[in-house]
Amino acid sequence: MSLLDPLPLAASASNLLAAREQMAFTLGFHIVLSCLGVALPATILVANYLGLKRGDEDAMELARRWSKAMAVTFAVGAVTGTVLSFEFGLLWPNFMDRFGAAFGVAFAIEGIFFFLEAIFLAIYIYGWKRLSGWAHFWSGVPMFVTGIGGAFAVVAANSWMNQPQGFTLDAAGKVVDVEPLKVLINPATGYEVPHMILAAYMVVGFLVASIYAVGMLKGRRDRLHRLGLLIPLTIGLIATPIQLFVGDTAARAVADHQPAKFAGMECIQETGGHQTEYVGGICTSDGVKAAIPIPDLDSFLVGFSADTKVTGLDDIPTDERPPANTMLHLAFDAMVGIGSALLLLGLWLAWSWWKKRDIPKTPWFLRAVAVSGAGAILALWCGWIVTEVGRQPWIVQGYMRTEEAVTEAGGLWFSFGLVLLVYAGIGTTAILVLRGMSRRWREQGAEPETEGPYAPQTGVAS
Amino acid sequence: MSKADAAAAILWVGATFYALFGGADFGGGFWDLVAGGAERGERPRALIQRSLTPVWEANHVWLIFVLVVLWTAFPPAFSAIFTTLYVPIALAALGIVLRGSGFAFRKSIEGLSGRRAAGATFAISSVLTPFFMGTVVGAIAAGNVPAGGNGDAFSSWIQPLPLLIGAMFVATGAYLAGVFLVGDARRVGEPDLERYFERRALGAGVVAGALAIAGLFALHSEARYVYERLVDQGLPLVILSLLCGAALLVVLRRGGRRPLRPLAAGAVVAVIWGWAVAQFPYLLPTSLRIDQAAAPDATMTIVFIVFAVAAVLVLPSLGLLYTLSQRDLLESEH
Repeated sequence: MSLLDPLPLAASASNLLAAREQMAFTLGFHIVLSCLGVALPATILVANYLGLKRGDEDAMELARRWSKAMAVTFAVGAVTGTVLSFEFGLLWPNFMDRFGAAFGVAFAIEGIFFFLEAIFLAIYIYGWKRLSGWAHFWSGVPMFVTGIGGAFAVVAANSWMNQPQGFTLDAAGKVVDVEPLKVLINPATGYEVPHMILAAYMVVGFLVASIYAVGMLKGRRDRLHRLGLLIPLTIGLIATPIQLFVGDTAARAVADHQPAKFAGMECIQETGGHQTEYVGGICTSDGVKAAIPIPDLDSFLVGFSADTKVTGLDDIPTDERPPANTMLHLAFDAMVGIGSALLLLGLWLAWSWWKKRDIPKTPWFLRAVAVSGAGAILALWCGWIVTEVGRQPWIVQGYMRTEEAVTEAGGLWFSFGLVLLVYAGIGTTAILVLRGMSRRWREQGAEPETEGPYAPQTGVAS
Repeated sequence: MSKADAAAAILWVGATFYALFGGADFGGGFWDLVAGGAERGERPRALIQRSLTPVWEANHVWLIFVLVVLWTAFPPAFSAIFTTLYVPIALAALGIVLRGSGFAFRKSIEGLSGRRAAGATFAISSVLTPFFMGTVVGAIAAGNVPAGGNGDAFSSWIQPLPLLIGAMFVATGAYLAGVFLVGDARRVGEPDLERYFERRALGAGVVAGALAIAGLFALHSEARYVYERLVDQGLPLVILSLLCGAALLVVLRRGGRRPLRPLAAGAVVAVIWGWAVAQFPYLLPTSLRIDQAAAPDATMTIVFIVFAVAAVLVLPSLGLLYTLSQRDLLESEH
């Protein structure tokens, strides 16, 4: 911490809390939209491809509708993402001052992907009427590539915060040399990046499917709804088992790379072998209360043997332990629990499809799909809580504490309040707008919109 | 030219593109704001919406480009600017969010009152955002950002020069948008809208020019370093800008057809590079030089590579987007 810091500790601590809350809130808001930016293009392109290849008008109509919804979500995502760029300087200026030269390279690369995504997304979204079918389809393919590339670059930057490397500091702590490849490909990149990209595909798959499941529960059982359920659900269900594998690998790597984070999320108090896996519960220094204990399982999951030694919080200096252990632990368990439930949902559909080439007849299946979207988003948030809160008190693991990074600027709580108000308004309006679009589509039927808003009703026959 | 100078040039190239294209999009919002009631303003608003819809997000990315190059290549400058000018910067960020969301919602929201609210949000924040960005630039030029950051949160930008530059940003955006919209109106065959935006481009051009002259006086008293280099090394660019601006006014007055857009762009680009020349070798006059703020060489190399890739991939893609848009192959109607 700087000795020149003119502020009393209380003011810095207050700034730190306000800055962390605002960052968490704006990131939590944006990340749902960025999932749509990463994975919705592929979902749309699948429907578009089916529509072109098989002359399937329902699939084409779905692609058309989803791309119109994406026009709204991408716009809000672009501007809320910009806010995050501003927040680097507004909330964490000392972090950028010291390490911008090192991890900025990831954002420079992300900038290219974002540029290309914005360009081709515009061509695709607004090219429906005048571009020929396949030319239009191919104009959309770059969105799929750039979505993944952009996610890689941004998450590589976050991985670097968890596993910083590829830079040299001088005696004063200034970055004097950088190895960009080592920054980008750090030890956490290999699991954080696929974990996030798969999460994006799960969020989009289950979220879009859940909208059509709700429609089907309301009795809209036409082919369009069935297809609208099956295309995204299949994507989500393919991503889920891979995600569980990647997540499991990630957890083991975290146990190895960031033992404090792992001890926090698993509520491990004392270092040693034969660690109990606690499902749920409240973490206290006397152990975990109100949890379902499974003896030895934690050690087994970390090292495939009950004897595996796992670091506990007792081996972590007091001032380097992550805060809010119970929240971390519950967030981790919720993420794993939701992921497992989604896997079961997939097995259910696979079984039914194998037996009778149809989705399960019971309304309980549709009800499960209807909540899967919210579940996937919740799991996404929980995952980021584990990553970000679990890294505290560090902003750059082992190199810079979050309290050193925060701004001395005034008015942070005011700014946070304003952000809450504005985002609440934008979030609500976005949902209303999307619902309104959906209602208009239903009223117009599956016919492409050729009539003006005041044109006489001409029926659906062409 | 050192690596740091080259990176600073890249920063300026990004800022130039943002000023031209992002600036024109803000200007579109300005003309939307002053287009009058729902009925009277319907046709100009429709043209503005049609012109902006396919391109504004791509244009917006230049801002991200500038931010990323600034914090990667010149981290201390980024930190100093953001810890001093956080008030106008936060207000600009707020404006960016409201503007983008308002614009996207207006097209899809139901009911006239909802559309009006979304449209007003878009239009008002299209004026406030460039204003606050201008105050940031003005405060930097005036030397109000100390190298170590944490300069005064209010007196650093609530000064005649930053406020003037803020107003100049708004007027310049309106001027660019007016000129671009003249071309768009011509293309879609609406001669009355062509006249409509010709008059407005002319008015905005006169106002922007007047503000620029007032700005010179303010530079003289508040930003002596920049002023002296601007009227010395930067003089050719200042004259070029004046010539472009004056030629455009003449062409507009006579209802001439060409070359509107290149002249408007030339007038703006010359000012931006005049500013660059006038600030050199400082990023923050006169407290932080480009070489003092520079990141290590390896970082600069990545910035160059990214810029080269942008030149090879992004510029042609942008060209494709603009071409499709100008040939009306992109439909903005939902």
